[in-house]
Amino acid sequence: MAITLKRWNRQALGAALLVAPLAIFVAVTFVAPLATMLVRSVYQPAVAEALPETLAALAEWDGGSLPDEETFRIAGAEFVALNERRALGSVATRVNRLESGMRSTLLGTARSLAAETPSASWRETMIAADADWGAIKSWLAIRRAGEVITPRYYLNALDLDRGGAGEIVVQPEDRRIYVSLLLRTLAISIAITGICLLLAYPLAWLLAHARPRRAGLLLLLVLVPFWTSLLVRTTSWIVLLQNQGVINDLLVTLGILAEQQRLALIYNMTGTIIAMVHVLLPFMILPLYSIMRAIPERHMQAAASLGASHWQALRRVYWPQSLPGVAAGSLLVFILSIGYYITPALVGGRTGQLISSMIAYHMEQSLNWGLAAALGGILLLLVGTLFFIYDRLVGVDRMRLSG
Amino acid sequence: MPARKFHSTWQSCRWLGLGLWLLGASTAAQTLTLVSYGGSYGRSVELAWVEPFMAETGIEVRMEDYNGGLAQIRAQVETGNVFWDVVDLTTPDAVRACDEGLLEFVMLADLPAAADGTPASEDFLPDSRSECSGGGLVSATIVAFNNQQFPDAPPSRLEDFFDLERFPGRRGMRRVPIANLEFALLADGVPINEVYATLDTEAGIARAFAKLDTIKDEIVFWEAGAQPPQMLADEEVVMTTAYNGRIFNAQVLENQPFTIIWDGQLQETSGPGIVLGTPRLEIARRFIEFMSRPESLAAISKYISYSPTRYSANAMVDSHRETGIAMGPHMPSAPANMKRALISDWLWWADNGDEMNERFAVWLSR
Amino acid sequence: MSAAASHSHSRPRGWLHRGFCAAVLFFLVAPVLVVIPLSFNAEPYFTFTEGMLRLEADAWSLRWYQNILGEGRWLPALGKSLLIGSGAALIATTLGTLAAIGLSSPALPGRGAVMALLISPMVTPIIITAAGMSFFYSDLGLGQTYTALILAHAVLGAPFVVISVGASLSGYNHDLNRAAANLGADWWTTLRRVQLPLIAPGVFTGALFAFAASFDEVVVVLFIGGPDQRTIPREMWSGIREQISPEILAVATFLIAFALLLLAAVNWLRQRDYAGAS
Repeated sequence: MAITLKRWNRQALGAALLVAPLAIFVAVTFVAPLATMLVRSVYQPAVAEALPETLAALAEWDGGSLPDEETFRIAGAEFVALNERRALGSVATRVNRLESGMRSTLLGTARSLAAETPSASWRETMIAADADWGAIKSWLAIRRAGEVITPRYYLNALDLDRGGAGEIVVQPEDRRIYVSLLLRTLAISIAITGICLLLAYPLAWLLAHARPRRAGLLLLLVLVPFWTSLLVRTTSWIVLLQNQGVINDLLVTLGILAEQQRLALIYNMTGTIIAMVHVLLPFMILPLYSIMRAIPERHMQAAASLGASHWQALRRVYWPQSLPGVAAGSLLVFILSIGYYITPALVGGRTGQLISSMIAYHMEQSLNWGLAAALGGILLLLVGTLFFIYDRLVGVDRMRLSG
Repeated sequence: MPARKFHSTWQSCRWLGLGLWLLGASTAAQTLTLVSYGGSYGRSVELAWVEPFMAETGIEVRMEDYNGGLAQIRAQVETGNVFWDVVDLTTPDAVRACDEGLLEFVMLADLPAAADGTPASEDFLPDSRSECSGGGLVSATIVAFNNQQFPDAPPSRLEDFFDLERFPGRRGMRRVPIANLEFALLADGVPINEVYATLDTEAGIARAFAKLDTIKDEIVFWEAGAQPPQMLADEEVVMTTAYNGRIFNAQVLENQPFTIIWDGQLQETSGPGIVLGTPRLEIARRFIEFMSRPESLAAISKYISYSPTRYSANAMVDSHRETGIAMGPHMPSAPANMKRALISDWLWWADNGDEMNERFAVWLSR
Repeated sequence: MSAAASHSHSRPRGWLHRGFCAAVLFFLVAPVLVVIPLSFNAEPYFTFTEGMLRLEADAWSLRWYQNILGEGRWLPALGKSLLIGSGAALIATTLGTLAAIGLSSPALPGRGAVMALLISPMVTPIIITAAGMSFFYSDLGLGQTYTALILAHAVLGAPFVVISVGASLSGYNHDLNRAAANLGADWWTTLRRVQLPLIAPGVFTGALFAFAASFDEVVVVLFIGGPDQRTIPREMWSGIREQISPEILAVATFLIAFALLLLAAVNWLRQRDYAGAS
């Protein structure tokens, strides 16, 4: 007994030692970056670091009436000092996200205060320099921008915001975008998964029950696009689908379409769906194939000999047995498609964009990194949940890379 | 206070990172990275500025392309990882970047005087540079079309860009609000001198987006300046907004049957600035000094139809190097092209750019 | 009836089914191949010109191939892609193979959770990974370095190695380990002399997958790469987004040839796999 236990321990320890290097590597180079992102989605210290005195003064402020003269003086002096270090601009940008117009208010006021230090009331001088200082919402915006830990980005990512009293309100209609985009992403992903299943099922069946030699050959055809660079495949679709592309040219040459009727097949939702189905189809075919191969042919024969029609045999006998493959393929395709970025970015145009494009937009264009991180966090939660379901239903160790 | 404690952990992570960086990073010391807009304009920059600069100084210059905007510069300065040295910026971007402390100051006193001794401080067009940019160029966003699409009655006014009935077909438009909002208002009947005042009101913004809505389904968006001529040539669109120099080059170098509609042109100036905190500040300054010389600024007009922002350089503008075409009439500032021209209000865009970008993104997604 | 039915199980619905499958296979393969002839277009268009269809000699040309060799943009990009790809594949294969062997042991506690962790980089949306990494590496001061890219691509490639070696190991007879131990071989010798040679095809397959994953990766490169790290996918990306030129098609043709080569290699390895694991 003692010996068995010892051996078990040694084996387990050996296995753990073998797994440890990669596990640590993944933790450091993959989990830690994701954690960094999640931290960024709630933790934004830049304004707090830049305006410590102003924020300390505003912390005492009731928020119901204008701050007192002392707060004005502290804030004004801090703005001037920051601007001399050329650090006010980035603070102004962050405050501006909460209250449009605050960028020029802050920079302009800092400039005029630097030119002439107020001899009497800072409050009056600042309000004279920019009337925005007479509005409570300007000060509220500064105070809110100074929050180090904030749920703001998650609220924004769900088209919500906080009102003046801190209550949660829905964004005005012309600012709402993310919820509908998320729903659209889910809808497109469902459509892509459905189309993939429809195309893959008959083909996987053929592959699974063809003679091995021919099946191997056909499987190679499935694997050609799987191995080909994603960017190459995307280029191909542009070449094929664009207005003056191969397909439109063919249709016009054959007289099916008039010159003016060329189809808009790309740079829209259609383009995204076509190209993504092409990219993800092998991920549906392969799991289906590996499950179907294990379904004994004689089950269908038996059903047929019992008098079942072909469709009945398919529906009652074959389909239930292939369900594990359907689940594995569909979940995989769905997981991959909700986070897909490259293909929609290149062929999606205006209407074919998914939630991932907004993450890229806030990462690269608007530089609203907190919002990018919050959107990423929501997407990560979604994918994580699906991956968990996949693991429970299918098992990650059943994943295969080829036929 | 948990936030503070967290924060100190965070800072120590950064120090750890610095150590790692010292171990792992390699720094190419004296190669200047110049970032510009690529395509035929990038080629012009290379011929007129980069090659002569390398020949004169022996300093290696590497060119990178980008599509404008401050995002990447901001990211580099904020994370302290500056790998761009000199960036070609539109004046509104340069003003904002300068305000936000993303660029080094460029003193007029450090820029070379004109040949006749006129100091640089008296040699620039008014409002043509920020405190952080060197000498620059005047360019225009215009509407261009492919002649083959409209053989009989070609479009001639900015309004025609929004007229799908008389001029059916897809339109190209840059995927940013700048220029598009102005064009929408101009085409909707707002006089030149009231465009920005109109955009200052909620109703004005709504009016601009409503005008864009009328052609929304026909718009194909572009991002890089090299795309519009390509889209016209491929007949992907029948009309597009574009930078005038790109269309000019397609006309004269590739014999493309394109026409520029100068009516309603939006003029902008641009000039290069130095990214704050670059480790290659000294050679970056030498480059700015070099390209701000009147003869350097004039040299670029041998390759593309953008005119210098310095008076003394304007006098040197001559003819296109490859074809010998006189460049004067092709410049945005030529009197014949100026009948209805809007000068971009960089101050307005500096203040409202972020909000407009956000609203444009929402508009795009619908 | 039964005879007909027993036939139809292998060819359900006969020609209709076959036709459908042929169409799906065509949909999979044809778009990949269409760029190959177009890359020889003498005109800068992305469609077949009349001259090409009439097989006129001067409608076809090698000019785009001359351009990519002459332009000085693609060859350095190839070098960078190879550098990053091989570095990443080396790390991924080493760590991934060890981990797969560890995972194959039924004794490992929490096996499912560990496996899920190791596979997670493969299913996490690349945009999230890239965003996280861009924060992470620039906080560490490692932004825009080869080090960061190689580490990033290694962790993205490792799941392929784990899966591929795992498949090889699933057919591995663990009695061999015991037999080796009985013959006096220590743990390390057994691994090196018995286990590794037998799963070598799976290891090489995994290495090729990891390399291919890095060789085709663009989003992480865009987010954490600097001006030094202009790899082939990154050049392709800006080419597609900005200045589509037929040069892209020539590069694409090279990449297709490369993909076919990889596929052939993997197929060859699969047939040599000890377990014949599928």
